[in-house]
Amino acid sequence: MKIEVDRGKCVGLGLCEAASPDHFEVGDDGQLVLVSDMVTYGQRAEVEEAIRSCPTAALRLLP
Amino acid sequence: MSALGNNDRLVVIGASLAGLRAAEAARAEGFAGEIVIIGDEKELPYDRPPLSKQCLVDGAPIPYLREERTYTESLKATFMLGQPASALNAAEKTVIVGDRPMRYDALVIATGASPRYLPALPEAAGIVTLRNFDDVARLRQAVESGSHITIIGAGIIGAEIASAARGRDCQVTIVEATEHPLERALGRSMGSLLSEMHHRNGTDLRCGVTLSEVRTLSDQVTGIVLSDGSEVATDLLLVSIGVVPNTFWLQESGIELEPDGSIACDEHLQTSLENVYAAGDVVSWPNALTGRSGRLETWTSANEQGAVAGANAVGGEGDRQPYATVPYFWSDWYGNRIQFAGTAADAVPEVVHGSVEEDKFVVLYRSGDAVTGVLAVNEPSKIMKDRRKIRNGATWQEMVGHYRGIGAGAPSRAQQPAPVV
Repeated sequence: MKIEVDRGKCVGLGLCEAASPDHFEVGDDGQLVLVSDMVTYGQRAEVEEAIRSCPTAALRLLP
Repeated sequence: MSALGNNDRLVVIGASLAGLRAAEAARAEGFAGEIVIIGDEKELPYDRPPLSKQCLVDGAPIPYLREERTYTESLKATFMLGQPASALNAAEKTVIVGDRPMRYDALVIATGASPRYLPALPEAAGIVTLRNFDDVARLRQAVESGSHITIIGAGIIGAEIASAARGRDCQVTIVEATEHPLERALGRSMGSLLSEMHHRNGTDLRCGVTLSEVRTLSDQVTGIVLSDGSEVATDLLLVSIGVVPNTFWLQESGIELEPDGSIACDEHLQTSLENVYAAGDVVSWPNALTGRSGRLETWTSANEQGAVAGANAVGGEGDRQPYATVPYFWSDWYGNRIQFAGTAADAVPEVVHGSVEEDKFVVLYRSGDAVTGVLAVNEPSKIMKDRRKIRNGATWQEMVGHYRGIGAGAPSRAQQPAPVV
């Protein structure tokens, strides 16, 4: 599975980084960096938590 | 794993962030029974932080938390909206909604909080609070027409509204009763430092004064008189002096409440009643990561507590998770991103990175050899990394060393001398 960021919605608050630092990181410019956009089966619960923790609903998990 | 069966019912009181997250977490635990979410507002769950930001500035539409089809397709929850729960009978395991009792097998209370109001305010048009989407429309009308807006309270929400109104060229006055705005959230010196942003952006911040009198004409507010005798003409008076937990409906229920009216919970977010949990602004609980008990009125804690309370409510006794957090909140003032993690009380703040003059800096809050908090202004990449370090118990030397570029050479925790307090 693959993570998709809606750049129009993301405001770089970093709650996804708190939930899953292996996948998300807010850069110095406030833009979200996908450290890794691929999600293994074992990482899925953590990444789904990150997606649900996004205040602006900017993240999606694609099959 | 869910300990409740297919014929059991989880009732969630409160259809905002914490309540929604409780329902989602219950499903994630494998709970396959019925979920009923009860909300006093007519709307499906929506997000509140944008109300004092984008909704006010740009007139953004109601910021729903999930797409509507989520509720039927994956969450499979029933909403009862537009009517609050009015009572809880723990002996019978029912809540009263409308006139009808509804049975629950597990209950999550996430009724949030309401704006505190000044008792002596007259009944007049133009005196408002901001909590719900409905409140935004009235406020926005005033903001759009470039009126003079007066805000009582220089807290986070008051500051955001001031910022939004200045962006629309309104004349803005903030009246703050204490000499030191945001002292509880950020500590005295940093609260005062950030509040200087108001002056620099044309907001008239007046500290150490209170409201003595509200002037009205034909039931419309026209101005206020302050305790120092000064007068301020105003078209709108916004009261933003904190919130009160929504627990009045629980007063006969036997549930244990704290003196501030919040629900007393244990580390699992269980209330004093069996099978009854709580989450969000309505909760006081012992936070093992800060060593403090009390409420946290932040988006982040509502989000996290909802998930823990929902999972624990349907989970088996041995599966329950405790909730502890390094508190986190953010705010946007005059185009500046302000982020804070941890606690500020009883700690000494020190700027460790960047420049205060340029509104771009990081402050660590030191208590002995520990770091209790971090404030980042326009440094969005720093906050979550430092929050994680605080959670992991990093020392002052480790954290400040990172910023001074000597982190690699810092001694490990075990090798350090005893902290000098």
